[in-house]
Parts: sequence; structure tokens; C-alpha cells
Amino acid sequence: MLDLPLGADPTVFVRLALARGHCQLLNLSLSHYGDDWCELTMPYAARLAGDTESGIIASGPIFALLDMASGMSIGFANGALKPRVTLDLRVDYLRPAKPGSAIIGRSHCYRRTKSVAFVRGFAHDGDAERPVAQMAGTFMFIEDTPETEQP
Amino acid sequence: MTAALSPYAQTMGFVATRDDEDRIILLMDFDDDKSGRPGFIHGGALAGLLETTAYMTVIEVVGEGPRLKPINCTMTYMRAGVEKRTYARATIERLGKRIANVEVIAWQEDPNKPIAMAQINVLIDRAVQPASENLRP
Repeated sequence: MLDLPLGADPTVFVRLALARGHCQLLNLSLSHYGDDWCELTMPYAARLAGDTESGIIASGPIFALLDMASGMSIGFANGALKPRVTLDLRVDYLRPAKPGSAIIGRSHCYRRTKSVAFVRGFAHDGDAERPVAQMAGTFMFIEDTPETEQP
Repeated sequence: MTAALSPYAQTMGFVATRDDEDRIILLMDFDDDKSGRPGFIHGGALAGLLETTAYMTVIEVVGEGPRLKPINCTMTYMRAGVEKRTYARATIERLGKRIANVEVIAWQEDPNKPIAMAQINVLIDRAVQPASENLRP
């Protein structure tokens, strides 16, 4: 298995990963991180709204934000980017996010085994005491070979 | 007639269509906007597709009047989504006055080999409320 060490400045790799694909569409950036957690910010964008009238952000981008924060928090916990896939992820939508506000997604990787990582986290729109969403998930480490079937 | 796509669904390029049994099928073609690790669909993009499919399927049954509010979504990822078109279809397991329990599957080649499934609960708000309190797909 190919493990990419995060190196002296772990944010370099994270920023590269966020600058492409679906993360780029959502404009995600790394705002804070620690030994086993991180926080990503998703700026408000009307094109991500679930409804033109209210302008409230759809649930999909919040799910993606927390999914991405989860993977990154596992990377920080490992000190390396081990290839991994999401097994399952549950998000509870506690309240609508304020239209116009950036959403912050935070994930903590609180347990790792040889093959599975467990995460939990939440998203808020300015006040971490009043989260807009709560998240729990599991990820599995995989061999870094092209394959279509997950283990 | 299928409900209008949200700005998010349009940004993602979801396309609503119908199968032989007139069930709503949402399509998502692969491009860089949906990519996660190189060569594969991002799990978040897949979740967005399945949630949108669930909401549109519920709207078809309850009509455009009630506001839908997402309660939660549990995604199970079963196979990697590759650089191909993805299909999604929702089944309303139970429709109550206020809650719809919905199961959604996504597949690429064969609906019998789903790449992901979602268990989604939706609140059906039939009371008229200020727009700021509402959340649509």
C-alpha cells in the first residue's frame, strides 16, 4: 500500500486535494486542523441552493463538505494519506443554514483500527454551539490499486 | 410532469427522466465537478444525487404545495463509482402525513449491482411558513 506522508507542512497536500474535482466546485478550503481533526469552510453560493426563493443551501453540499472533512481528519490522524473509501456516512440536518453565510464542517477521527476509521463531526454557519448538521461515519483503508469493487 | 430542479441540482447537471414503469430516474454524467480521488466519483456528489432523487420522488406524490425539509440521510457506499453515467431511483417505503421514509439506490451498469444506497427521512411541512424557515431539495 502506498502511504503518502503528509510531510513538514501537511496543509500543502490538503490544499492540493481541495483545489480539484467536486471540492473545487464547492470551493472548499482548509480553515483549521489538529492532530486528529480538521475544519473545512464552504463559502455561500446561490448556485448551491436547494430552492431559488429561500436561497437556503441544499443538503447535498453540506453532506459533501462533511464527507471531505471526514477524510481529511483521518489523514491528519494517520499523519499520512492512506487510500480509503467511505463505508457509510450519516448526516442529520438540524436546521437550515443561513443564506449568505459560509458553512464550516468539522470532523474528528476518534478511532482507527488496521482497516477502519471512525469519525464524527458537525457543520455550523457561524456559531459552533448551534450546528446546522451532525455527522457520523466510517471509512475503510484500501489498497491503492485501480479497482471497481470495494473490499 | 416532474418537479423543477433546484439550483444545486442544475449546477450538478442532474437530469430527470423516467423508466419503463414511469418511475423518476435521475442521471448524473461524470465530469471533473463530480470527481473525488482521481478516477472515481466523490461520495458527496453521489449523496447529492440520491437526496435530490428522494426529494423529487416525494414531491411527485405530495405535490408542490408542502415544503420538504431534510431530516437526515444515511449513505452506504457499496462499490466505487467510476467515470461513467450514474442512475438513481427512489422508493418511498412509507408516506405519512408528516414524514416520508425513502430508500434510494444508485447504479452505473446494472440496477442489481448498486454502487450506493441511501436511507433518507424527509419532513413534509404542509403549513405555510416564512421562506427563511423552509428548505427545498
